[in-house]
Amino acid sequence: MADGLVELTSATFDETVGSSTIPVLVDFWAEWCGPCKMITPILSEIAAEQQGKITIGKLNVDDHGDIAMRFNVMSIPTLLVFHDGELRKRMVGAKGKGQLLQELEEFLKTAP
Amino acid sequence: MSHRQVIIIGSGPAGLTAAVYTARANLEPLVIEGEPSSTSDQPGGQLMLTTEVENFPGFPEGIMGPELMSRMREQAQRFGATMLTEKVTRVDFSTTPKRVWVRETEYTADAIIVSTGAQSIMLGLEAEQRLIGHGVSTCATCDGFFFRGQEIAVVGGGDSAVEEATFLTKFASKVYLIHRRSELRASKIMQDRALSNPKIEMRWNSTVTDVFGEEQLEGVVLTDTLTGETSRLDVTGLFVAIGHRPNTDLFRGVLAMEDSGYLITEPGSTRTDVVGVFACGDVQDHTYRQAITAAGSGCMAAIDCERYLETLH
Repeated sequence: MADGLVELTSATFDETVGSSTIPVLVDFWAEWCGPCKMITPILSEIAAEQQGKITIGKLNVDDHGDIAMRFNVMSIPTLLVFHDGELRKRMVGAKGKGQLLQELEEFLKTAP
Repeated sequence: MSHRQVIIIGSGPAGLTAAVYTARANLEPLVIEGEPSSTSDQPGGQLMLTTEVENFPGFPEGIMGPELMSRMREQAQRFGATMLTEKVTRVDFSTTPKRVWVRETEYTADAIIVSTGAQSIMLGLEAEQRLIGHGVSTCATCDGFFFRGQEIAVVGGGDSAVEEATFLTKFASKVYLIHRRSELRASKIMQDRALSNPKIEMRWNSTVTDVFGEEQLEGVVLTDTLTGETSRLDVTGLFVAIGHRPNTDLFRGVLAMEDSGYLITEPGSTRTDVVGVFACGDVQDHTYRQAITAAGSGCMAAIDCERYLETLH
């Protein structure tokens, strides 16, 4: 797993997302997806820069399809942001760092 | 502000080959490779969205598109190319040195190689945008997996469309290939593979004139190009591969281009109408559009660029 990113599984997903006091961004990805691979280093950078403000996790849809299905993920990468255990934002498709940070702004300003 | 001898804009096979060559000539190129996206306008270019590449020489077993691009990138870096994962927002090639901006940050260079490629065209239907990620997909390799056992459709008749349709039969129970003509444009080998595939059903002389579904795609409306009659086709997935347009919005009013947006280069070279600016790959090629021709023209651009820089000193 890339630096600073939390690997999520069917077994750990609910616990990680539900118990977090800060927003959790989950990147639904798979090995065969080129755009998914390209955003991984960007997510690592954001995780490092925004430490304490947001947790960034990766969930492999090939291995943990049940979670992908639960959230109707039909395209990857899909990025879902959860806060207080609830789904707050859905982003479909790979994006650059600037655009991602802009989309995440509302979740990054409230430091705990 | 940082100055370089060469800035390469774009990082598909053309840009990365230009990077390998200029780096090996000790020109220390800066490659502004673009930003991740799920369309073909992204670092690595169109190959990032393809599966197996079977026609790139040197890979008899085939190689996955993203893998090929990642190797080209490594090769360029090995010889000293610097990669910047950003998208150029503005250029000014009328000054010396030439100027390139990424938002507020300015970069300058003695020479520029433009290799921004082309991106796939969508249908342009209102509901299409809303249903991206909910059945409408821009990336068959990324999303095919989610359509296991379902009936889906691919629109288009060229190599990309036929390759996608064939790939998608690994997952889908049925793939309708919708094409506006009565024969495919794709290469013979791809056509044979698709037409003999029992899971692929052709819808000839048809265009997609609407897509529908509330939360998720439920189907498409087909219009017969000969009779004008409309019909409904129930599918849960739609993959669009109807063609490409060059990524040249950035160069409007800066570089000479055709009405279709393709950059114009001097025949037999990669020189644009601005001295010291070279163009290679799909951004200036609407004829061949192959990974290998893009790479070949990237090499040409690097050599043209190198010779130009020698005249400056």
